[in-house]
Amino acid sequence: MSGPLTIKQIEQKAVVLRRDIIRMLEEAGSGHSAGPLGLADLVATLYFGVMNYKPKKPEWADRDYFFLSNGHCVPVQYAAMAEAGFFNKKELMTLRKLGSRLQGHPERTRLPGLENTSGPLGSGLSQAAGVAYSLQYLDNQTHRFVYCITGDGELDEGNIWEAAMFAGKYKLSQLIVFVDRNNIQIDGNTEDVMPLEDLAGKWRSFGWHVQEIDGHNVESILDAVGMAKAITNRPSVIITHTIPGKGIDFMEYDYHWHGVPPNHEQAKQALAELRTLRGKITHEGQKHE
Amino acid sequence: MSNFHLAKDILTDAVQHEPTRAGFGRGLKRAGEADKNVVALCADLTESLQMHLFREAFPKRFIEVGVAEQNLVTVASGLARAGKIPFTASYAAFSPGRNWEQIKTTVALNDQPVKVIGGHAGLYTGPDGATHQMLEDISLMRTMPNMIVIAPGDSIEAEKATMAIAKNGKPSYLRLARDKTAVFSTEKSPFEIGKAYVLRSGKDVSLFGTGTMTYELLVAAEVLASQGIDAEVVHVPTIKPLDTEAVLKSVEKTGRAVTCEEAQINGGLGSAITECVSEFLPVPVKRLGVQDRYGESGDPRAVVEHFGLDGKSLAKKIKAFVRSVPQYKKGY
Repeated sequence: MSGPLTIKQIEQKAVVLRRDIIRMLEEAGSGHSAGPLGLADLVATLYFGVMNYKPKKPEWADRDYFFLSNGHCVPVQYAAMAEAGFFNKKELMTLRKLGSRLQGHPERTRLPGLENTSGPLGSGLSQAAGVAYSLQYLDNQTHRFVYCITGDGELDEGNIWEAAMFAGKYKLSQLIVFVDRNNIQIDGNTEDVMPLEDLAGKWRSFGWHVQEIDGHNVESILDAVGMAKAITNRPSVIITHTIPGKGIDFMEYDYHWHGVPPNHEQAKQALAELRTLRGKITHEGQKHE
Repeated sequence: MSNFHLAKDILTDAVQHEPTRAGFGRGLKRAGEADKNVVALCADLTESLQMHLFREAFPKRFIEVGVAEQNLVTVASGLARAGKIPFTASYAAFSPGRNWEQIKTTVALNDQPVKVIGGHAGLYTGPDGATHQMLEDISLMRTMPNMIVIAPGDSIEAEKATMAIAKNGKPSYLRLARDKTAVFSTEKSPFEIGKAYVLRSGKDVSLFGTGTMTYELLVAAEVLASQGIDAEVVHVPTIKPLDTEAVLKSVEKTGRAVTCEEAQINGGLGSAITECVSEFLPVPVKRLGVQDRYGESGDPRAVVEHFGLDGKSLAKKIKAFVRSVPQYKKGY
């Protein structure tokens, strides 16, 4: 990073990520739209306001770690990495194509800067916990943090709760997890498919510090990260309320956009909307806890 | 002639017995002494898998994850990302039986040097019965690109294999047995990942064994010798990558092959050898092992004999094969 950005600048970055997500998905002709768009503000805040890393030295020994547990949302991470300078933006247009480093689901060994290989749900949180365990108990590096994003539908997986117990037992205080609480999964609303509530209570009972925020409010995200870092005796989960498809009117709240890309006309309309959006997403949300 | 140092008197009552898991426990401790990055994770089976030796020596590098095999290997993947060499242990029925996808995605495809130790594999698991007698693990792990698969023949070799995979920088699977089995190798015997070893030289048939079955083939070969059949015994501790050179060299001489494993014949060593010879030198092959069925409870040795995998039973089956199937000769 070249010095901390203002909240306004991070919001502008999020618009850029959304624009790049639409462009790359249209070009790819397949992929997930709703999740990546909903995560744009969170991922922009992490990459441009929170995490320590060096794009030209992806294996820099003092970096923070980022684990995307719901790998199908990787277009938003690719967009952020390109914007941050890990690779040239032109490469975004190779998403999902033969020979690309930008696989449909992320593969660590293909693209420097990825910390894990992910796609099958439920195992990214455990990997993040493994790194956090190492930093806290084996490496004595208390200044580094491990950030992890999981989906909410992903929480149906048993592996998640195995990891939640593990992190709770070992009080992995350098582990900061965001649950992308957008309330949708492939077959419909999460509370219809497999109810998750009382979600905050579940995490609390596993020994985690719980916050709940508006995932489109950069200031709330920064505040929540600050609080999570200050908690030194428990892992932290931040239930991040997001709107699937956020930023594109005809995609918002519609679970049919979970696993499909926009066609050319839809992409054109989406990009036009994003051009007028610059500055529209302001910090109107509230922190709940 | 053999290129392998065998223990003395192994075909007499003086043969020593020890479980392969005991060798693993010693090897893990030694690997921990050699490299401070070696860490160990267990899923509530620490003493059963002999990890207490490591835990006592390096308490800070031992991690108990509870009965959670999916978490076991995925936390290990994270530890590997942080530069560690994680050894994960459970029963093979659960790891890789339950967590195969996590191993594929976060260890093998992700190319992290996580070691998956599958204990209580095979029929020697005895009284616990079919649910715990893992017979499909060799097949499951052999089909996974980027994975090393090793079934050591005895406890001494298990110790060497453990130290070898600590240093190979690759995802690796090590198959262990619960009950004590014959120790036929010595400290002087060679062990190298990817190598097969001729334990007994012969010209009539090649007997390829892995894990605990190699010793039974040595017993069978002795019986066969008294019946005029000169069998070659080749020990194949590394099933993947297969030592195809050693396999082909042996069958080129004998023209007939028998495989034997304490596992399903489908997908395991029998499949690996058959694939190799049918592609390069198509000699007749007889696959011995568990014939597409599940195990059952019983005294470990009684179960092995019930399934016809003791040396004497094997000798009868091999003799019938040799008597009924001609040796392959180039050009027939």
